[in-house]
Amino acid sequence: MSPTLTDASPVFTDPADSLAIMERTRSTAETFGIPLAVLAELTHRCPLQCPYCSNPVELDRGSTELTTDEWKKVLSELAEIGVLQIHFSGGEPTARKDIVELVQHATDVGLYSNLITSAVLLTRDKLSALADAGLCHVQISFQGNEPVVADRVGGYRNGHAKKLEVAKWTRELDLPLTVNAVMHRQNLHQLADIIQMAVDLDADRLEVANVQYYGWALKNRAALMPTIDQIDETSRIVEDAQLRLKGILDIDYVVPDYYALRPKKCMGGWGRQFFNISPSGKILPCHAAETITGMEFESVRSNHSIAWIWQNSEAFNRYRGTGWMPEPCQSCAFKEVDFGGCRCQAFALTGDAGNTDPACTLSPVHAEIFKLAETESTEGRDRFIYRNFKGGTLEPDADDVHGR
Amino acid sequence: MSELRSNRRISVSEDSKPVLPRHARLKFDETRQRWVILAPERVLAPDDIAVEILQLCDGERSVADIIDLLVAKYAAPRDDIGTDVMAMLQDLADKGFLTQAREKTS
Repeated sequence: MSPTLTDASPVFTDPADSLAIMERTRSTAETFGIPLAVLAELTHRCPLQCPYCSNPVELDRGSTELTTDEWKKVLSELAEIGVLQIHFSGGEPTARKDIVELVQHATDVGLYSNLITSAVLLTRDKLSALADAGLCHVQISFQGNEPVVADRVGGYRNGHAKKLEVAKWTRELDLPLTVNAVMHRQNLHQLADIIQMAVDLDADRLEVANVQYYGWALKNRAALMPTIDQIDETSRIVEDAQLRLKGILDIDYVVPDYYALRPKKCMGGWGRQFFNISPSGKILPCHAAETITGMEFESVRSNHSIAWIWQNSEAFNRYRGTGWMPEPCQSCAFKEVDFGGCRCQAFALTGDAGNTDPACTLSPVHAEIFKLAETESTEGRDRFIYRNFKGGTLEPDADDVHGR
Repeated sequence: MSELRSNRRISVSEDSKPVLPRHARLKFDETRQRWVILAPERVLAPDDIAVEILQLCDGERSVADIIDLLVAKYAAPRDDIGTDVMAMLQDLADKGFLTQAREKTS
């Protein structure tokens, strides 16, 4: 004997991609197996205004959101075609009045459910109702380790204190907790304290996610971009904590790709193992894909099934595999390692999603962009443009702002 | 808090009475025709023997009971089976996906 447990597919991180094990056997999608996990962005509404929000700059209005019945139908269909996990996200998913009903439906159709939340709208009763409805895991975002920085970044007064309270309830209800900390120049000095905060909150996992620069974050790049010294220090702190906290806290670390030599394997490869559903029902290869203007994405409101859209829609097939790649990707030994990096980033920085991701040192524009980012990181332009439905609001001038 | 933690990260011994916590679900995946363990941000693919062991982990049987059952079924040396069972369960416990029935204190 010699029983083994293979890590089939970490959902966001990807230390050892053994997805092939799950893809090998027959599945509904013949060429590209249906993803194991799907991200459902229930709404773009959110009480927080983080300047690096991963939602597109053009937010879906509440009136365009899928109805409760439409989401239930989607969840049933996902379970039927072989999706195993559903991540309820947003915006703020608990801004939907039907969140408990949707979690219950996910449970009823056999989906493992995860709530990705800012936590500020939750009451203990609501969290308890979610647990009773079968919720399996809670991920709470933190903007810092104390309220001055955290509430300024989130643009929401008393948010940090509320998050701490909800994290405590989460563990009291015996739900596993992941702390998600998005890091940038203006909170990286708190990283060691954020790690300790996650331990004190009795979290299972900590995601240390450096900001990725498209959409809102690109608008705010000058205010967010870390310095090279900060990045060196960050890597040291994370590596030290990973060793020290082995068996106590799992730490996933997303490296900032502006300072990497090779691009990240974004989404595990376009249309390869992930899709998400936007508030209005569009099926997207990545939660930032709508930042690529000129692409048409099919909706669950169309006549097509979700499996059909995943397998056959033009948007999913355009950058699938390696055939679409230009040079220097096409002849690159790493083309099936990173699948050319991030399409959204290529679009944001070069105007063409089909170009090599400039995060790669082999991109002809890498040096220029890296230099620009490095310059921005040292200029001290710290004012945020807050994310909102109005296209963003510039933070008041420094004299009026606390928390710097 | 430290008490919670020590309960969650167990050290597997023959006396342990392991059980999957509510956030680690053993499920048969009809689409892919195989067993999976669903956990936060993870899908684990246990092989047939691992599944057999996990199905015996009900929080009442001890690891020693489980090993005895498998020794009888496979007619294999107890040492070999014991080593493999403990290693697999400890691996799962280290990932945070195995807990044990709490001792009654009152």
